[in-house]
Amino acid sequence: MSTALLIEQILNGLQFGVMLFLMAAGLTLIFGVMGLINLAHGSLFMVGAFACAAVAAATGSFWLGLVASLAAAAAAGAVIEILVIRRLYDRDHLDQVLATFALILIFSEGTRWVFGSFPLYLDIPPLLSGAVRLPGGASYPLYRLAVIGVGVAVAVGLYLLISRTRLGMRIRAGESDREMIAALGVDIRTLYTLVFALGAALAGLAGALVGALQSVQVGMGEPVLILAFVVIVIGGIGSIKGALIGSLLVGVTETLGRFLLPRFFAVFIEPSDAAAIGAAIASMLIYIVMALVLAVRPQGLFSANG
Amino acid sequence: MTREAIVTAVLIAALLAAPFAAQAIDEPFYITLATRIAILALAATGLNIALGLGGLVSFGHAAFFGIGGYAAGILATHAFNGEPLFLGLPGTNDMIVIWIVGALAAGAAASLIGLISLRTSGVYFIMITLAFAQMVYYFAISWPAYGGEDGLSIYVRNAFPGANTLAPMPFFLICFGVLCTGLAAFRSLMNSRFGAALQAGRQNEVRLAAVGIAPFTIRLAAFVISAMLTAVAGALFADLNRFVSPSMLSWHMSGELIVLIILGGVGRLGGPLAGAALFVLFEFALGGITERWQLFLGLVLLGVVLFARGGVMGLLAGRARHG
Repeated sequence: MSTALLIEQILNGLQFGVMLFLMAAGLTLIFGVMGLINLAHGSLFMVGAFACAAVAAATGSFWLGLVASLAAAAAAGAVIEILVIRRLYDRDHLDQVLATFALILIFSEGTRWVFGSFPLYLDIPPLLSGAVRLPGGASYPLYRLAVIGVGVAVAVGLYLLISRTRLGMRIRAGESDREMIAALGVDIRTLYTLVFALGAALAGLAGALVGALQSVQVGMGEPVLILAFVVIVIGGIGSIKGALIGSLLVGVTETLGRFLLPRFFAVFIEPSDAAAIGAAIASMLIYIVMALVLAVRPQGLFSANG
Repeated sequence: MTREAIVTAVLIAALLAAPFAAQAIDEPFYITLATRIAILALAATGLNIALGLGGLVSFGHAAFFGIGGYAAGILATHAFNGEPLFLGLPGTNDMIVIWIVGALAAGAAASLIGLISLRTSGVYFIMITLAFAQMVYYFAISWPAYGGEDGLSIYVRNAFPGANTLAPMPFFLICFGVLCTGLAAFRSLMNSRFGAALQAGRQNEVRLAAVGIAPFTIRLAAFVISAMLTAVAGALFADLNRFVSPSMLSWHMSGELIVLIILGGVGRLGGPLAGAALFVLFEFALGGITERWQLFLGLVLLGVVLFARGGVMGLLAGRARHG
């Protein structure tokens, strides 16, 4: 096992983690501010990917597609917030789960209706194709590095938005006391729609970025959604910092687990058995990490409520 | 008899009558449909113990449903091939043994999952149970010994003493019998001291603790019992399809089980049966008209959640007496 390969896997893990962060940040923001559990977040991820693939195919430009993905996901988010989600804020979690589960069915079947059952493909833009030489002799795809860069930029941007701007101040105020901020004359309904659309846009961005790495198809958001849940449970629901650290932890653990565990077991047992056992355990690894974190801190690493 | 008891009795009688009517008009397919309703109702009744009585929104009951299914599949495969399971224990094709093994396996899994997830509550609990179910799901996919992603076929439906399970009617009657047992168990649980404590824990945890009952223990016990009942339904479901695959473990299944309960009425004896009947008939009717039936299912669900709280039982039998 060479160092170059290991570095490549670590970078893959970071890239995966960053993508999870884009999803988890929106989820945790929506939960933190509105107290809503949104299963349909994975559908917004899918909407972003489909919008990007469709626009890129029509115009030939990945960048237009990227803009379209942000716009489409934010618009879809705003629409479902106004039509459905708004009615769920003071319902219990069971109703929220069920209503957003229904939204998933509607989004998935609706997308299949419009785009058909076959996956779409999205090419990496020419500007970002090719590979970069890393110190130590390894080479790594430029696009994946760019995804990591986007993730870092979004993390910094979100931090600045929430801690330094007036909108961020209102979001934080809405998080701690919604009656009070409404009494102070802030239009809380519009604020909620904005936050939801922001979360949706982040999910759409994640979908578009991932769409160029894998095929764009119905249901692509669901595995990511569940991992994003694991992330925010580990990180502490409502905490953006927790979402960032949780995402990187889950991304790296998942990728390195798949890479290292089969090799680790191969030291003791037959290679074919080792591959099977390694793969099986690797697929459970992040859930084991989650269980360990919760056993020590039931409210996650950085719980928003102390 | 209360109105609720009458509605529930009528539902059960209708479920029993439907296959005989189907046999009379020589449409055996409807017997399978009724069997499906009975099995899904049983699975949802299991979940109703945790969700309806205990207020524990488990989004991971597919794990237990699937464990029951895999118990049936794995034991039957070993019996079919004549290979010992492990430690020289043979496989079996006896349904009763399979139910017990499935329930015990799911009970063990639920104890572990419950020990960790019941430390949390609310939205954490929903997500953690979901995550654990996904863990079982991915394990089933990546473990090649029993079919992995492709699933496992049960070549001959498992046997029940004194019945020809291959024919649709006897198999329906077995499922119906198990469902009735499950409903009776749910009812006596609901009215027992244990059930009172469980429901009190949902309504006011602090008061329950103040009278000297630890909510955690009660909930863990309820979660395990709930999982065991769902696992028996899973074993029957595997036998119905003569096939078990990771899709039984997928989170869509967990969602569907919750949907059945909400459609029918949360925490009501007849809720899961009403929900399952509605769901299966809806799927059948719409599935015949359009391939896109899930879209319409989504719209109906959305309508029920937003505008028609209380589900079918709420509609037919009025609001539950204890909120």
